[in-house]
Amino acid sequence: MSKINTLDDLNQAGKRGLAALIPSRIKIMVGMATSGIASGAQEVYSALDEEIKKRKLDIILSRTGSMGMDCMEPLVDVLEPGKPRLAYSKMTVKKVPVLLDQIVNGTIGAIKPFYRMDEEEFIVLGKAKRYFDGPLPVYLGNVPTIKEIPFYTKQVKIATRNCGLIDPESIDEYIAKGGYFSLFKALTGMKPETIVEDVIASGLRGRGGGGFRTGIKWKSCREAEGKIKYVICNGDEGDPGAYMDRSVMEGDPHSVIEGMIIGAFAIGAHEGYIYVRNEYPLAVQNLGTAIANARACGLLGGNILGSGFDFDIRISKGAGAFVCGESTALMASLEGTAGEPRAKYIHTVEHGLWNRPSNLNNVETWANVPAILARGSQWFAGIGAKTSTGTKVFSVVGKINNIGLVEVPMGTPLRDIVYEIGGGIPGGKKFKAVQTGGPSGGCIPEKLIDLPVDFDELWKSGSMMGSGGMIIMDEKTCMVDIARYFIEFLESESCGKCVPCREGVRRMRDILEDICGGKGQEGDVELLEQMSKAIIDGSLCALGGSAPNPVLSTIRYFREEYEAHIRDRRCPAAVCKALIEYSIDPEKCTGCGVCLKKCPTKCITGEKKKPHTIDKTKCIKCGACYESCKFDAITVK
Amino acid sequence: MKRDKTVEKKVKEIVKKYGAEKSSLIAILQDIQEAFNYLPKDALIVLNEALDVPLSRIYEVATFYNAFSLTPRGKYLIEVCAGTACHVTGAITLMDRLERELEVKCGETTKDAVFTLEQVRCLGCCSLAPVIRIGGNIHAYLTQDEIPKILRNYRQ
Repeated sequence: MSKINTLDDLNQAGKRGLAALIPSRIKIMVGMATSGIASGAQEVYSALDEEIKKRKLDIILSRTGSMGMDCMEPLVDVLEPGKPRLAYSKMTVKKVPVLLDQIVNGTIGAIKPFYRMDEEEFIVLGKAKRYFDGPLPVYLGNVPTIKEIPFYTKQVKIATRNCGLIDPESIDEYIAKGGYFSLFKALTGMKPETIVEDVIASGLRGRGGGGFRTGIKWKSCREAEGKIKYVICNGDEGDPGAYMDRSVMEGDPHSVIEGMIIGAFAIGAHEGYIYVRNEYPLAVQNLGTAIANARACGLLGGNILGSGFDFDIRISKGAGAFVCGESTALMASLEGTAGEPRAKYIHTVEHGLWNRPSNLNNVETWANVPAILARGSQWFAGIGAKTSTGTKVFSVVGKINNIGLVEVPMGTPLRDIVYEIGGGIPGGKKFKAVQTGGPSGGCIPEKLIDLPVDFDELWKSGSMMGSGGMIIMDEKTCMVDIARYFIEFLESESCGKCVPCREGVRRMRDILEDICGGKGQEGDVELLEQMSKAIIDGSLCALGGSAPNPVLSTIRYFREEYEAHIRDRRCPAAVCKALIEYSIDPEKCTGCGVCLKKCPTKCITGEKKKPHTIDKTKCIKCGACYESCKFDAITVK
Repeated sequence: MKRDKTVEKKVKEIVKKYGAEKSSLIAILQDIQEAFNYLPKDALIVLNEALDVPLSRIYEVATFYNAFSLTPRGKYLIEVCAGTACHVTGAITLMDRLERELEVKCGETTKDAVFTLEQVRCLGCCSLAPVIRIGGNIHAYLTQDEIPKILRNYRQ
């Protein structure tokens, strides 16, 4: 790898990258983030590789990250000179020879492209590059453009700008997209103070949870006393239901690294750490490769870009503790001890890692930094809402048709995310709520569907942004069970240091388990509210302080569900096992015998072609019959 | 008490790799666990001497983090994702079925030492919910019906 010391070196690397990105030969890209691989992308990649070699085709095969629409994986993109880029969804090994036939023949046959891209955005450079000159080939006229796919129409990609477009292992391709030019600009022409002022002016707020102003944090750390300072990237994406940081670390690791170098220069730090969850092996691998490549090019290490500035990054792997997403706990973990948070009045920007000034931001926040520097703070501040600028990546998951990662301007109405981008609820079911903010957040009910999603509006609704997980729930989701689920999560993830969280959350779990188990008592809801207040007031860290949120927000919006459990011993969503019963509707049962075979306890009996019955004394309520019945004959109440 | 020589040798090797740095304790424990599939008692005792960290602190770290196990694990670790997306799409049903099929409770290892069943907080594969991970492989959009066959495949 050749050294990059000057602007000319950077331009050369960019040229090489562009030739790899949009080559003069046919190129096939396979989306190989974790979600792609889990859907079979590795097998598809191997099959393509084998078939291309067998047929001796002049085709470049390359890997990329995720474009976000995970429900369509494995995604294979084909880029031919003089044509738009075509994306093929749900690829299989079987389809590989057919796809190659189509490419060779220049036709569309049995495998239809999911969408086409006529141009590629270079958001950092503020321009787009067309894939082809001249008119669109006639046979591609019926293929929708990516912006015509509702999932993508309203998306604006800044943090995930390169995911699914570049090979995450290629530093040249990252540079071709405008990468490391912001770093060059920062190191060679800007004062650290100016960078900090720019980040403040951009209005960027931390994407990891609380939404603290990033620039202000940088400023405090810069002004803190101490010769040795640290910058830290929080990649311990612990909120269940959120995985945007994984996607960025896997698909565009250099954006995080560049952001961190710029931050370090602005703050005056020479050492950086990336703390990644143990559960993300591919993120660790891709970040490791990226750091090694950046080091080999001289973009990490001593005298970066000839500026005299030294900086390097180490990766630290977490070991499975939710609480380590909290900044002080994360720093304790980096020091090699148990990840217990400490009181907040000692600020980490002054006394952080090894008791030295430390600036911690999360993955998505760091990835935004190079774009802000390149395009200017006013550009960034002009996107999104007034007090929440820029975009936010959300993982829209759960009971929703289009599952995946979406990046939209802050302030986008929840309705657009659920119904337009998400495509509504599957099976014609009714939307009930969306859970945001992870275990510290809350549930937003249907009546607030027009809420503009930004830091402050979510806070007002009793939930919070968190790291951006959005779990969509339908009428079949029990809100008391959800509250119980989160409290159980927090009880087992509580580090145990302070009493309100350790004991209080456990007692709340007992009460919620009783309610779900049909043993709830009058006054339980009020008791939960009372305990919540004590836990919020008395806990040491933000995790304890926000632990009661899922309970409070479900009580606030779904009190009647709690009451149904307690007073009528009924679970309206038919989820809580102790309160439900399975039975067979004789009118609808055709006696096909499928449920009889699926039942693990053999409690279903009946003759062929005659309605079956369930022996309720033997039924373990596993739901296997319900899942297998094609005639909706199994009822659960 | 006699010490396991292979454990001692391996642990010393790992400690050397990290330059006997105390702050690398978690990384060292991760490497030990990778080598032996769990944290053998002897390994922790060797570590205590090699790193000069009290055994009580090592034990504290080893028991604080979910990724570490002080008892031997089976050949394949089954991790049932308990993330929110998996929870609302039926993760509990999967766990119940696995417990019944394997005749163990969550956290236990089967008698034949093939499987250890555990719950994991979130695998970050929310778009593929519900998921389980067996020996590093993710099984997506899983229904309880498919479980017996998947387990048979790993047993072969």
